[in-house]
Amino acid sequence: MASTRYASDRGLVARMGMTMFFLGLVYVVLIGVMIAIGVSAAIAVPIAAAGLFFQWYFSDRIALYSMHAREVTPEQAPQLHAIIDRLCALADMPKPKVAIADTDMPNAFATGRSRNRAAVCVTTGILRRLDVDELEGVLAHEMSHVAHRDVTVMTIASFAGVLAGFLTRMVMWGGIGRRRDDQNTALLFLAIMVVSMVVYAISFVLTRMLSRYRELSADRSGALLTGKPSALGSALRKVTGDMAGIPTADLRQAEAFNAFFFAPALASGVSLSSLFATHPSLEKRLEQLAEIARQLGQ
Amino acid sequence: MGVFDTIFGRSKPVKPDLDQLFALPSAAITLEASLGFTPTGVGSVCFRAPEGKAFADLQSEVTALLDVDAGPDVQIENDAFGYTWLVVHADPTDIAGLVTDLHAVNSSLSDAGFGPQLLASLVSFRDISGRTLGLVYLFKRGTFYPFVPVIPVGGSPSVSAHPDVAAPQQRDNVLELQVRDLLGDDVRVEPELNRWFAVWGAPGL
Repeated sequence: MASTRYASDRGLVARMGMTMFFLGLVYVVLIGVMIAIGVSAAIAVPIAAAGLFFQWYFSDRIALYSMHAREVTPEQAPQLHAIIDRLCALADMPKPKVAIADTDMPNAFATGRSRNRAAVCVTTGILRRLDVDELEGVLAHEMSHVAHRDVTVMTIASFAGVLAGFLTRMVMWGGIGRRRDDQNTALLFLAIMVVSMVVYAISFVLTRMLSRYRELSADRSGALLTGKPSALGSALRKVTGDMAGIPTADLRQAEAFNAFFFAPALASGVSLSSLFATHPSLEKRLEQLAEIARQLGQ
Repeated sequence: MGVFDTIFGRSKPVKPDLDQLFALPSAAITLEASLGFTPTGVGSVCFRAPEGKAFADLQSEVTALLDVDAGPDVQIENDAFGYTWLVVHADPTDIAGLVTDLHAVNSSLSDAGFGPQLLASLVSFRDISGRTLGLVYLFKRGTFYPFVPVIPVGGSPSVSAHPDVAAPQQRDNVLELQVRDLLGDDVRVEPELNRWFAVWGAPGL
């Protein structure tokens, strides 16, 4: 078995590891500061955790419902099911639910808390634009998200940020620190505010960074699974090229789901956009796919 | 996948299990004795051909290896989903020889590092009334399952790659389940029914 043909990208793994380390550090610092200041962590942590758990547990239903996607049977979409059947057999994975969303915006996403409770959704727009090979590349990318449990990983990764945001809001509503009626209260408020906001900002950048690495990983695994990196590359070109011309109303509606989308639906060109982007740039993704194609040809 | 693979988002390509294929001759005897299905002598290996010269070279090498004068007849077919079928036509009475040929194809691909590209192997059977049955071997699971397409009255089932023009395609689930119960002792039958994916228009069916 020549395992070198399917070697994982060490640099990518290392960068992802560093990002996760810093995310963990931010989280530890946040908890530490909370304990030091004297905020009872018992209030904020469970509430934030419960909210996230709910989102994670019902991720498949929430995402499909919000995208107005409907689950399709093999009779309704035989070609889509056949492609996914084959990919599942190739990757030895349980078959996810298959759904189609009726929007002309070309996109696809995968969601669900585990491999057994996953759903893969494509829009009618992407079905119309891509040929069989390209569609297969996109589906392999989405199936890789499922295999890597990206919904779970990103939920855990975003916990520090969600907790910080939650704390900021609690302070604003005056839910914390009421029990001490002295001049320290105002100072305490301010300290929590500042720490929460800083933590929120840092964890926001870090989660976005992690999200970009996960996208590159999914591209890589997907391309290796089908053995056709250039089909995925061509699908990416088609999809991102088309995205710019989509009316803004559609884009705004879809913005909340960008984290699990195949290519982000946001208009680019904003400064700092690369730092805050959920997806790596097209050039970066194509570059990686070209490298895989070169390795496969050797 | 291990915990670290999940954390770092890498999925190891699944290696194929080639050995279970050798259980096929005994399954063929059971099929003939119990249901009257005899081998047609057609077997095939389905794989996902990756792009690049390395694989193209290997494929022609394997074909040339099997296609010597005394050897079986080998054909290459591409289906609507971009998969390649290497079809071996052998003597219907020599199912063990057919399995050996199929194994030669699998092991050459696997040895060259393309094991993860192997999808399935299929050997077809036919009974006196003309019904065809495919015994599909899933490389990644190391299991077999039966596939029996129902041929509609007045022609062969049409294969379509587009959902809007698809002809109604049906499988004879009763016969498939019957075969599953029969072959339980001879081969490892895929226990999860939702992994019995259909292979419409596969060679030999």
